[in-house]
Amino acid sequence: MADEARTSKAARLFDVRRVIGGLFVVYGVIVTLLGIFDNQAEIDKAQGVRINLWMGLAMLVLGLLMLLWLKLSPPEVPEPAPEEQTSAE
Amino acid sequence: MVIAASGLRLDLDIFDYLILALYFVTVLGIGFAARAAIKTSADFFLSGRSMPAWVTGLAFVSANLGALEILGMAANGAQYGLMTLHYYWIGAVPAMVFLGIVMMPFYYGSKVRSVPEFLRRRFNNSTHLFNAISFAVAQMLIAGVNLFALALILQALLGWPLWLSIVIGAAIVLIYITVGGLSSAIYNEVLQFFVILAGLIPITIVGLVKVGGWNGLVDKVRDTKLGDAALHTFSNTATSDNPLGANWIGIIFGLGFVLSFGYWTTNFAEVQRALSAKDMSAARRTPIIGAFPKLLIPVVTVVPGLIALVTVQGLGADKGDLTYNNAIPLLMRDLLPNGVLGVAVTGLLASFMAGMAANVSGFNTVFTYDIWQSYIRKDRDDAYYLKVGRIATIAGVVAGIGTAFIAAGFNNIMNYIQALFSLFNAPLFATFIVGMFWKRMSSWAGFWSLASGTAAALALYLLYLGDVVKFNSDLEESFWGAGLAFVTAVVVALVVTMFTPAKPENELRGLVYGMGGSSTSSETIISGEKVWWRNPVLLGAIAVVLAVLLYIPFW
Repeated sequence: MADEARTSKAARLFDVRRVIGGLFVVYGVIVTLLGIFDNQAEIDKAQGVRINLWMGLAMLVLGLLMLLWLKLSPPEVPEPAPEEQTSAE
Repeated sequence: MVIAASGLRLDLDIFDYLILALYFVTVLGIGFAARAAIKTSADFFLSGRSMPAWVTGLAFVSANLGALEILGMAANGAQYGLMTLHYYWIGAVPAMVFLGIVMMPFYYGSKVRSVPEFLRRRFNNSTHLFNAISFAVAQMLIAGVNLFALALILQALLGWPLWLSIVIGAAIVLIYITVGGLSSAIYNEVLQFFVILAGLIPITIVGLVKVGGWNGLVDKVRDTKLGDAALHTFSNTATSDNPLGANWIGIIFGLGFVLSFGYWTTNFAEVQRALSAKDMSAARRTPIIGAFPKLLIPVVTVVPGLIALVTVQGLGADKGDLTYNNAIPLLMRDLLPNGVLGVAVTGLLASFMAGMAANVSGFNTVFTYDIWQSYIRKDRDDAYYLKVGRIATIAGVVAGIGTAFIAAGFNNIMNYIQALFSLFNAPLFATFIVGMFWKRMSSWAGFWSLASGTAAALALYLLYLGDVVKFNSDLEESFWGAGLAFVTAVVVALVVTMFTPAKPENELRGLVYGMGGSSTSSETIISGEKVWWRNPVLLGAIAVVLAVLLYIPFW
């Protein structure tokens, strides 16, 4: 079962929640800041909706929730495998 | 707001480009990291079989959330109104549930790596070769659609002419594939799913505010050329006198059964996602979990299509910037401020690029291993096939440039793609379903059923193009084409089986219903998981019931 141990290690390293969480936190911060400083022309374009602010905050929350989920339930720790486990970290 | 004269241009600022750049840095970063950690292709495949169901489920629906879905379904929303909902609630959800409950045990249990491989084991080499070739052709044609969509966005961003955007788009895809964007396809798809939604949701919100909410939208749609018919799904389908030009038989049998089951259950790119799940239960839940977001995706595709119909003057031109295909980009131009605009552009570019990359890699894999290695040059070393694969990739991208111009000739790409599905997927589904449930079906019946079904659909399509046979719309043709292909394939399967020997039973284990192999017995198919919220049958039933309930307000 060495293969399975190694592959679940890779799965842990690239847990998709970490990737989504990270990117959405960054996007959330950028778009929220843009939303705070939006000028009237931008707000008018979006029909008076402060869409950057709302979407920015929503993306920030989604990103944080993904990271929180990762923290609360980390990916399964691989079974101890007989072979070396040194690569890729 | 100057339309047409100024052309379709999206004005991105530095922050939009920052958002775009961050996405590609992330995706390529994952690609490199995955390469470092996963040494061989076998490793990569195994690592695929470790994904939890929610990841494969979102990847499953995201693999479908490409150019066709976003541009095509919005185009359909503007052209046909709410009848487009049929593509979701009758044309996708039941088939996704069927794939999870009934077909997945065969696929996952038999441990095949691809759909053509399943055909080789169930039938024979000829069936396999026929399917491999038709799959390769279909991938090239669909790659053209994705490339065309990618070029539309590049054109809108940079103002280049379409042909230049197509060539540059192809070059970008080639780089993306070479750098290894594909090795982490599933991760990218799940990430993409969220980015696309984050880009499309603001279009719906701001658009609805602009037209005065849902009620305002409904009122304004009644005043368009589609009129009240655009607001119903089934109530005008006793005859073909409705925007879709199809009656309920065509919708339920053609779209709901043959086209949709054909697409969802035999599509290599889709099924592959479920094969990456960590166990049988997760594999079966994959398409069913995907069905739940699928139920709601029309909110960000069909609804914007309707908004474009009432807000964009002159939408529906035969050529130029105001074709139905451009509904979403036009709304982005009109409604999104910089910031969310960057997110929306990122989502679309990522999706179309990954879509074409997936088509090219599907082509490359099938061409190299299923065609070249199996039938033309056997028994060479790995390096040789790697080289063939590289050449196939370049050839695939170049062919995609050609087929992109075919796609550019269609005012609504969704109609084009449905015609393709009726040719390639409908007969395949018929051959599959008979072969899976009837152990007597012979090897040659597989080949002839597939070949004759494809020929029948192709003949009908050509007769329609040549104006010999008339239909109310392109879509009606594809419904009937699919139906004809299905019936032909089933009949030919029955007839040929009468005159040819059956396959020995011991070769059918795990491939045919009730033939040994614990995964394909009826108990497994019905029961599945003990915990109720992981039970595929229960989850599937909930999805289908929700689809029916959603129809009620839009009857």
